[in-house]
Amino acid sequence: MAATAIATRRAGRRLAWGSPSVYFIALLLIGVMLAPVIYIILGGFRTNSQITTDPAGLPSPWKFENYLDVLSGDVFWREVLNSTITALCTTAGVVALGLMTSFILARYRFRGRGVMYSLFAAGLMFPLTVAITPLYILVKTIGLMNVLPGVILPQIAFGLPTTIIILVPFVRAIPDEIQEAASIDGCSRLGFFWRMVLPLSLPGVITVAILTFIASWNSYLLPLFILNSESAFTLPLGVQAFASQYSVDTAKVLAFTSLSMIPALLFFSLFQRRIVGGLTGAVKG
Amino acid sequence: MSRSDPESVQLARDPADGRTTAGSGAHVAPPPAGRRVRKGIGWPARLEIALMTGPTLLVFLSFVIFPVAMAAYYGFFSWQGYGPPTEFVGLRNYVLIFQDGTFLDALQHNAAIVALSLVIQGPAAVLLALLLNRKMRGQALIRVLIFVPYVISEVVVGTGWSLMLQGEGAVNSLLTHFGLGWLRNDWLSDPGLAIWTLFGILTWKYIGFAVILFLAGLQGIPDELTEAAAIDGASYWQIQRRITLPLLGPTIRIWAFLSMIGALQLFDLVYIIWGQYIASTAGTSTMATYMVANGRIAGEYGYGNAVAVVLFLVSLAAALVYQRFVLRRDTEGAITGGRS
Repeated sequence: MAATAIATRRAGRRLAWGSPSVYFIALLLIGVMLAPVIYIILGGFRTNSQITTDPAGLPSPWKFENYLDVLSGDVFWREVLNSTITALCTTAGVVALGLMTSFILARYRFRGRGVMYSLFAAGLMFPLTVAITPLYILVKTIGLMNVLPGVILPQIAFGLPTTIIILVPFVRAIPDEIQEAASIDGCSRLGFFWRMVLPLSLPGVITVAILTFIASWNSYLLPLFILNSESAFTLPLGVQAFASQYSVDTAKVLAFTSLSMIPALLFFSLFQRRIVGGLTGAVKG
Repeated sequence: MSRSDPESVQLARDPADGRTTAGSGAHVAPPPAGRRVRKGIGWPARLEIALMTGPTLLVFLSFVIFPVAMAAYYGFFSWQGYGPPTEFVGLRNYVLIFQDGTFLDALQHNAAIVALSLVIQGPAAVLLALLLNRKMRGQALIRVLIFVPYVISEVVVGTGWSLMLQGEGAVNSLLTHFGLGWLRNDWLSDPGLAIWTLFGILTWKYIGFAVILFLAGLQGIPDELTEAAAIDGASYWQIQRRITLPLLGPTIRIWAFLSMIGALQLFDLVYIIWGQYIASTAGTSTMATYMVANGRIAGEYGYGNAVAVVLFLVSLAAALVYQRFVLRRDTEGAITGGRS
């Protein structure tokens, strides 16, 4: 992280304005990327008749009832809570299990290591979609239907392959000299894991954590199969249920939809710096 | 979850990265072979390996591998989901799948999305990454903003876009406003157009990820190389073509791999926007929506699982071919068996 910060600062010093065409394309791009989001948010401030007469217009006058209605009901907040619990538990599980396994795969040599790595790499090939029916039966058998752990456990399992593929290079990139120095200083391998691997692979861990959190926050298919009772609904299910329940009330659907994306956007904008930094790789040897 | 197989447990650096640290100058070199002598660490290390990978393997095997294996098993049965499957039908489900024109259409749609992603989305993302990698103001903000669609859930994207693309929706209305009324279209239900609409929405949603990935790759390219080339009189485009692009190669190849697998397994957006029935008439159905429509919704769980197996085998075949011919030099031994 520090290296990135320094690099940015260094770039900042010789920052020139550059050519206008670059800004033009960048602005155009941002416009295209944001217009639909803005449409959804603004649509929530309009009435249905405004939307029908001029689908692409601005709110006039601005109506706050849609948002207030959604925010004052307890349905939205219950779904926010469910989504938050699911996403946090999934992230914690994926990071803890993924980092331990990546450590072993990156820095131990044992027979079966290649097989284990291939197993997880092959896991990238198994989408949830392929396994959804048997997974549904499995979750039902172990009695986790309609409760959040029934979504969390499979999500952790399906999050592991990506996590391990991303984290192994991070752990591997920690120079051997550091490990040798640590072991000369009397640090055990597990001590090395806690004191060196964890902090040094932090950028990778944060990247993985953000991606996992967002994936869980947005996940649709698994909750659709596992959570049938409305009290356990996560936000994506809630949005769909809301959209079909109020299918004629477009404005209210838009308000609900835009409120449901705020937490993920907020979370992302708080940690966005880490994404670029994390994907770049932590310790360059 | 006992891992008893490791016989030659030892702590060592991975040979893949090719660095030899033995003897940095005055260091009286215990060569790599020296480590091998320390057999004494064998058992504690084995315990560590078992403790630290055991829970992961347990979760992974029971919630990923076991269900996938069960899908393969159910695929040989005609089974409506009540009680254990008993009516063994051999390969009949598979024969039926490949005789069904609807499935072959879905397969074609998947193939089209893969091709369009690699040919249009990839190069577009590379160009955008090159553009955003130039020194300019507001760069950090731009990077965040183009990533926004990626962060938004498929349900929100699907709900929003289907409202906007309706016959009397915002897109057509905007086109009329700008005097482009002749461009008005039935974006979602015109069979010749819908797949392009789908591709457009997919690109909108996922290109931010590609750009961020490429930007990360670009940051890894030392400034010295491009500066040296510039001093030698290379033009901007020459530098990008001869230096940046080749060095970005590994990132591009990884992205192409992820994109290909994602396109083959596409489900959420199609299902949310086109629903389970309209997708095939609009020409946007995918193998996965076919699977859900003809499996769970039709109540034919055996058949659905057979489709899941086909979907998996298609992805696996694509992945192996790609791995064999393209990725080999980047990821040694990820799928090809860890011969390092």
